[in-house]
Amino acid sequence: MLEVINLHANVEGNEILKGINLKVNAGEIHAIMGPNGSGKSTFAQVLAGKEEYEVTDGEVIYEGKNLLDLSAEDRAREGLFLAFQYPIEIPGVSNTNLLKTALNEIRKYRGEEELDTMEFLSLIKNKMKLVELEESFLKRSVNEGFSGGEKKRNEIFQMAVLNPKLAILDETDSGLDIDALKIVANGVNQLKTKNNATIVVTHYQRLLNYIIPDFVHVLHKGKIVKSGGKELAYELEEKGYEWLKNGSEVLAD
Amino acid sequence: MSNTEVKQIEELTNKEYKYGFVTDIEADSLPKGLNEDIVRQLSQIKGEPEFLLNWRLKALRHWQKMKEPNWANIKYPPIDYQEISYYSAPKKKPQLKSLDEVDPELLETYEKLGISLNEQKMLAGVAVDAVFDSVSVATTFKAKLNEMGIIFCSFSEAVKNHPDLVKKYLGSVVPYTDNFFASLNSAVFSDGSFAYIPKGVRCPMELSTYFRINAANTGQFERTLIIADEGSYVSYLEGCTAPMRDENQLHAAVVELVALDNAQIKYSTVQNWYPGDKDGKGGIYNFVTKRGACRGVNSKISWTQVETGSAITWKYPGCILQGDNSIGEFYSVAITNNYQQADTGTKMIHLGKNTKSTIISKGISAGRGQNSYRGLVKVSKKADNARNFSQCDSLLIGDRCGAHTFPYLEINSPSAQIEHEATTSKIGEDQIFYLNQRGIDTENAIGLIVNGYVKEVLAELPMEFAVEATKLLSISLEGSVG
Repeated sequence: MLEVINLHANVEGNEILKGINLKVNAGEIHAIMGPNGSGKSTFAQVLAGKEEYEVTDGEVIYEGKNLLDLSAEDRAREGLFLAFQYPIEIPGVSNTNLLKTALNEIRKYRGEEELDTMEFLSLIKNKMKLVELEESFLKRSVNEGFSGGEKKRNEIFQMAVLNPKLAILDETDSGLDIDALKIVANGVNQLKTKNNATIVVTHYQRLLNYIIPDFVHVLHKGKIVKSGGKELAYELEEKGYEWLKNGSEVLAD
Repeated sequence: MSNTEVKQIEELTNKEYKYGFVTDIEADSLPKGLNEDIVRQLSQIKGEPEFLLNWRLKALRHWQKMKEPNWANIKYPPIDYQEISYYSAPKKKPQLKSLDEVDPELLETYEKLGISLNEQKMLAGVAVDAVFDSVSVATTFKAKLNEMGIIFCSFSEAVKNHPDLVKKYLGSVVPYTDNFFASLNSAVFSDGSFAYIPKGVRCPMELSTYFRINAANTGQFERTLIIADEGSYVSYLEGCTAPMRDENQLHAAVVELVALDNAQIKYSTVQNWYPGDKDGKGGIYNFVTKRGACRGVNSKISWTQVETGSAITWKYPGCILQGDNSIGEFYSVAITNNYQQADTGTKMIHLGKNTKSTIISKGISAGRGQNSYRGLVKVSKKADNARNFSQCDSLLIGDRCGAHTFPYLEINSPSAQIEHEATTSKIGEDQIFYLNQRGIDTENAIGLIVNGYVKEVLAELPMEFAVEATKLLSISLEGSVG
């Protein structure tokens, strides 16, 4: 589904990603872990198409297409979804309105018919249960005045409605208490099928107790320095990133 | 048919045609400049009664002693008032044979606004078939209005046919001494609209909606007078979402509304005059004085405006809440993009007891646009229990534009309740990216945010215009984000 080859990217002239290689197949969950400043969020944003991040080298093939040639909105319409680390507030735009517009834009792009209001409402009411959101939530402005937990639940709710092929969860666990974490993880697990894939970007191993990854990759200084199965996450939890940082110096040399 | 009969018919038809289009005095336009002679000639061309000529002359003499105001937060080169011709006979627009001859850019805008093909032809000056829905609709409605005793005609017709009403109410809300531009208008106004709704009559349609495409070119100094007699109701719509171009750069209109006991007037404006090009060249200067008097008890006047056009907008539709329990409302959306400047707001003057006013102002600045809200809430000593709620919000798109708020409060009654809220927000790249990531392109993303921001105001517009106005907002902001 996704193949990242030697991806390099700059942010304001500084090279943050220094040659990432990653292959994700349908039906897989990949975790990308790493210390602060290792380039995890930059990687997520580059895949989503943030313009300020300049790709200087490498390729990203997504579903047979060159992902880097597509605009951010077309990537979304092709089924790539980013659950933001810091979901932004959009005053005056209700959650319903955002979702209806987004869903219909995506359907239009795929040559499907737009949903009418009734069909749409029954769809979203169904999906809301997944992350245990109240109906009154729909009328509120996007992320405005939301608690940290509500914002993250909202991201997963949007993901449920838009039904992406590839979901990237950027630090979705940060700022969540254990109950909210369970709700969010449960939502993600229920959305899992053999046809879609998930990349979980996280600093801590905690989330991975609830979303069990097939592969774990450690990002350090803009490169993946170690890959393994889920047991790698436990090892990291135990030994800390220092263990790998030292290792990476060796690798880099 | 005999020869004589044919001749008679020809004479009749020719006669109608001839007198329908030619004025009594042969004059195409007056020479440039403004003085008493010019005003006298103008009044004579229009065949006006003595009282109106005298009123114009008093206005002119007053204006000559006035100075152009400079307190507004706008900049423009000095206007030479002696370089303007204050009258020219309405010219027939050159008729085009088909839409193919019309500027494709203009057609594209019509298309985006969802204007029907026939209406597009009318707007662009293309000859239309004799059978044209809107025209016959207009005729039908005119007959209906007549039946109900509603007078709705051009200002000139009102002067000829209803001089008593004009004499009684003209200048009664905006006196000729009011301000520089109102005085100028009073001296030289060319034409405009007049409406009178008799006692107890509820006007069954939006006035002017059905007539907008047929409206005569009223020129740069327009005068509108609307009187709602006791217990009547009228909703009046001014302007058009279609882009309007005019050779005259200076526009100084006056609108006066009078609501008697238990009467209601709802006045909606969509202003889309030429704003100038992307570099700020050209564009209309729009200096307007609009005011309504809630003269009777329990009367109500609502102003709703969507201002997207003009290089300069200088406009403060207000309400004088004279009658006890009267209500004044002001709902406004003002957009400035590129080099547009707007200094707009309202005046709510509370004179009667238990009077109430609401102000909802939404400014949107993009490009290098400058947007100022300027509003006065005044409560007189005798206005017991007056209440006002004001909300003034500003939305910025990009970082080269500006938003300013100048609220003025003059409260002279201890029983008054005044609330004021203000917010400033910005459409950020992060918001756009968030929406992009959900599959929404940048243009629609801005539309979504802007429409969310202005929905309170658009809800006040008549339905079909709200739909057009929504599209208009998106078009006005096209290209405002990188």
